[in-house]
Amino acid sequence: MKRRIPLVTENSQTYTFTRRALVLGGMQGGIAALIAGRMAWLSVAENERYKLLAESNRFQLMIVPPRRGWIVDREGQPIAINRSDYRVDLIPDQLEDPDRIIAQLTKLLALPAEEVQRIRTELEGAAGYQPVPVAENLSFDKYAAVTLRLPELPGVSPLRGFSRYYPDGAAVGQLVGYVGIANKEEYEESGKNRLLITPGFKIGKDGLEKTMEHQMRGTPGAKRLEVTARGKLVRELSTVPDKPGKTLPLAIDAGLQTYAARRLGDESGAVIVLDCQNGDILCMASMPSFDPNSFSDGISHNEWNMLSQDERRPLVNKALSSLYPPGSTVKPMAAMALLSAGIDPEERVYCGGGYQLGNRFFRCLGRHGPMTMHTAIARSCNTYFYAMGNRIGYDAIAVMARRLGLGEEYPLPVVSQSYGTVPDSAWKMRKYKQDWTRSDTLNAVIGQGYLLVNPLQLAVMAARIASGRNLQPTLIRGRERPAPPLDMPPEHFEAVRHGMWEVVNGAGTAGRSRLPLDGIQMGGKTGTAQVRRIAAGQRGQGGDWKYRDHGLFVCFAPTDNPRYAASVVIEHGMGGSRAAAPVAKDVLTYLFDKPKAMEALTALEEGWGGNITERMKRDERRWLAAQAAKKADSPSATESAAGGSTA
Amino acid sequence: MGNSLVPAPIAVLPWKVLFIIMAIGLFGGMTLYSAAGGSLGPWALNHFIRFTGLLGMAVALSYFRPRQFRDWAYPAYGAVMILLLVVEAIGVVGGGAQSWLNLGLIQLQPSELMKPIIVLVLAGFYAGLPTGEIRKWSAIWPPAVLTLIPTVLILMQPDLGTALLLIFSALTVMFLAGLPLRLFVGGGLAVAAMIPIVYAFFMMPHQQKRVLIFLNPEEDPLGAGYHITQSKIAIGSGGLFGKGYLNGTQSHLHYLPEQHTDFIFPAMVEEWGLMGGLFLILCFVLLFRWGMAVALETKDRFERLTAAGLTMTIFFYFAVNLLMVMGLAPVVGIPLPLFSYGGSAMLTVMLCLGILMSIDRNNRRERRRL
Repeated sequence: MKRRIPLVTENSQTYTFTRRALVLGGMQGGIAALIAGRMAWLSVAENERYKLLAESNRFQLMIVPPRRGWIVDREGQPIAINRSDYRVDLIPDQLEDPDRIIAQLTKLLALPAEEVQRIRTELEGAAGYQPVPVAENLSFDKYAAVTLRLPELPGVSPLRGFSRYYPDGAAVGQLVGYVGIANKEEYEESGKNRLLITPGFKIGKDGLEKTMEHQMRGTPGAKRLEVTARGKLVRELSTVPDKPGKTLPLAIDAGLQTYAARRLGDESGAVIVLDCQNGDILCMASMPSFDPNSFSDGISHNEWNMLSQDERRPLVNKALSSLYPPGSTVKPMAAMALLSAGIDPEERVYCGGGYQLGNRFFRCLGRHGPMTMHTAIARSCNTYFYAMGNRIGYDAIAVMARRLGLGEEYPLPVVSQSYGTVPDSAWKMRKYKQDWTRSDTLNAVIGQGYLLVNPLQLAVMAARIASGRNLQPTLIRGRERPAPPLDMPPEHFEAVRHGMWEVVNGAGTAGRSRLPLDGIQMGGKTGTAQVRRIAAGQRGQGGDWKYRDHGLFVCFAPTDNPRYAASVVIEHGMGGSRAAAPVAKDVLTYLFDKPKAMEALTALEEGWGGNITERMKRDERRWLAAQAAKKADSPSATESAAGGSTA
Repeated sequence: MGNSLVPAPIAVLPWKVLFIIMAIGLFGGMTLYSAAGGSLGPWALNHFIRFTGLLGMAVALSYFRPRQFRDWAYPAYGAVMILLLVVEAIGVVGGGAQSWLNLGLIQLQPSELMKPIIVLVLAGFYAGLPTGEIRKWSAIWPPAVLTLIPTVLILMQPDLGTALLLIFSALTVMFLAGLPLRLFVGGGLAVAAMIPIVYAFFMMPHQQKRVLIFLNPEEDPLGAGYHITQSKIAIGSGGLFGKGYLNGTQSHLHYLPEQHTDFIFPAMVEEWGLMGGLFLILCFVLLFRWGMAVALETKDRFERLTAAGLTMTIFFYFAVNLLMVMGLAPVVGIPLPLFSYGGSAMLTVMLCLGILMSIDRNNRRERRRL
């Protein structure tokens, strides 16, 4: 079967040409119409969209980060300020030949290899105008070296910004927290607020910096710039200045805060001082702590590891978040409860070394003989409180504990506070489905057992007893008027305070911690909290640090007209009179006579080997050396293990 | 030749088409002036000088008889082939892509010259082919070889855009010559099947990327998709009447890439709006209509194929460039004829126009003779 070839003639070819040329002509018209239609679509239907895009091309809104509000103490002395900070960033969009530029910056700024690696990695993930930080906290010389060569460094953006500085360092670490670069979650939570990814901008990460962020952040300014595609500035169109954040005035006395932190020395613990008029927190020190300055610069891996692995927990604010059995420091509170229950303070209880309850004998610290309420407080006699507490029952005492501030969560701008436990029968039923027993009462009345408090609550308790006022602790300066009196007879307070006077100034447990001042006396109450059950012969007074008893002390001064109240907790300090009361003595002395207090501190610090910064540096060196030793050890260990298995 | 009538030499010029050409060229020059930020340098003045000179050349060409172009076709083909080989050799020595020949005064792109020449060569071939042979194998392989050799050389430069245009021009002539329709349908299907192979073996990585980005521009808004995006922004933001002459922000702030060559159309539309764009498209449509009319008027087979083929060659520049800047075709480097800055493409288009005018002049001569 052969295919029939159509006859091709000159005429048929002409016809074919004409027909095909017309087809091509039609195609030309069709494509021209398609192009015209497409153009009309772009410039009419989508005009608005593209107009906006052209504008957003042309204008670059540059955010000017606001300066962060200062944190100052009650006298206006700065606790957190902003210092000039020179920094250099890379703008990925404008970067040409990143290899050459990174190499040049490495030379100019003497960047370490790991930083160069980080910059490369971040640059790969970055897009658009989101800058990649190269270096912060540059010296002016290095900054100037980059600025000078700017014409040959497209995409490099040197900036003069501000960085947070805390003059008191670790002494205020737990209190103010720290600032840092917003992470991805924070950026997304903020609704992708561009301010948060502006280079050099930092947000509060912990402490007051975090909780008072809204007040201290301020409002960013903006610059509207007309720029070319390569990021070259054509002109500045308008500028909205930034509004710096508000200054945050604290009730804290910065000098006292630093003094207390220093006075804690190498101990792990907390010191809280309250103003008995209005509840101002004058000092809330928790040591050991971290230096917030090293956080705002971006903390190193090593530094972080050292802090988080320290058994003295420098990352925990012990003033608010650590809970302790208060020990005997709650006896004045218990005494208030006894008075409220109608117990005659002069009624005597004979202390023969303990108290028999059924078949169990509850020990006292000694054989005190006949005790009144006054002497029982002064000498911290357990037997008296066992007997009297047993008489009125713990439910009556728990009410007083709460009225004096224990178990309470205070409305403070803090990241977290643990408010512990004030137990009673209803609580025990709820929690353990068990009835409250008399032995529970006996344990709780001397501040052991289920009762758990934080140091701030202890300070509030002391302040309420000292002032007879319903004080609320305040961190932010503002409330000036005195707190309203508590609805309790003033003579009850008088009686208890007198007992507390005796503790320090009479034949009491803290006789060695009298204030070294003329005419100013301190009242207080020591406490020793068991960390583990009393083992035969060993009462938590020795052995491993972490099994030793906590030492606590609550106090107020002056005794004739209380002005300040304080609580001191020394973790594993073995006893209130031994560890906590001397600290309280010096801290209160500072409030009345600074030179005298400083003299005492200087002597102590000489013995400890320097102030906080010096000791922290020393600890860090020691830690790094230990790490290095560990690293050096481990390969040889695996080597010998491998050798052993082949042998 | 109608010597007896002796019309004034000016009067015999094809004024209608010259006006269209001048409108496009002058508009292009104005746009180049704006693209340089309101300055004659570096493009506008060069463009005007070049345009005037080459237009003069085209008019001069129109005085030659069409017959002579047929005679020159093969020697010219040979000469340009040599130039292509030289360019290739220099490229090898230079260690990279090279499609330019530096002749001191001008930079010549030999691949450009091949476009009108391939049309002339193929038109000449089919004009000489006996009528009955058109459906035979011998009507296909010689043109195919004549086209493929320079195409491969151009692809090796590499210059995908020019190579594609060359093939389009050659196919147009074959189509018009009357090769069986099924060859084109079948060929079209075969090309569709070949695309993945061409993509994998003949494209440079940057070209492959451009094709991918064309298919999905959002994938890389700041990289290779940037060109298309910015071009659409320029066109779309112009609106009906544009932002006004010398007021285009996309071009002046350099958001538009290659705003003096491949992306000159968006730069113009940004300032003149839809109206400016439609005016330019209208000019081109009139130019193509004139070209096709010249082809349909003439009776000579070579002239017919040449006229239609050259018109289509100019049309392909126009279509590929505009489809590209509007995001309807991948970004391949094709300028907008007479409008973009660039000597070689203008030389090519003016050659085409000169030959077309020569055929047109011959047509009118024939008409007068009848």
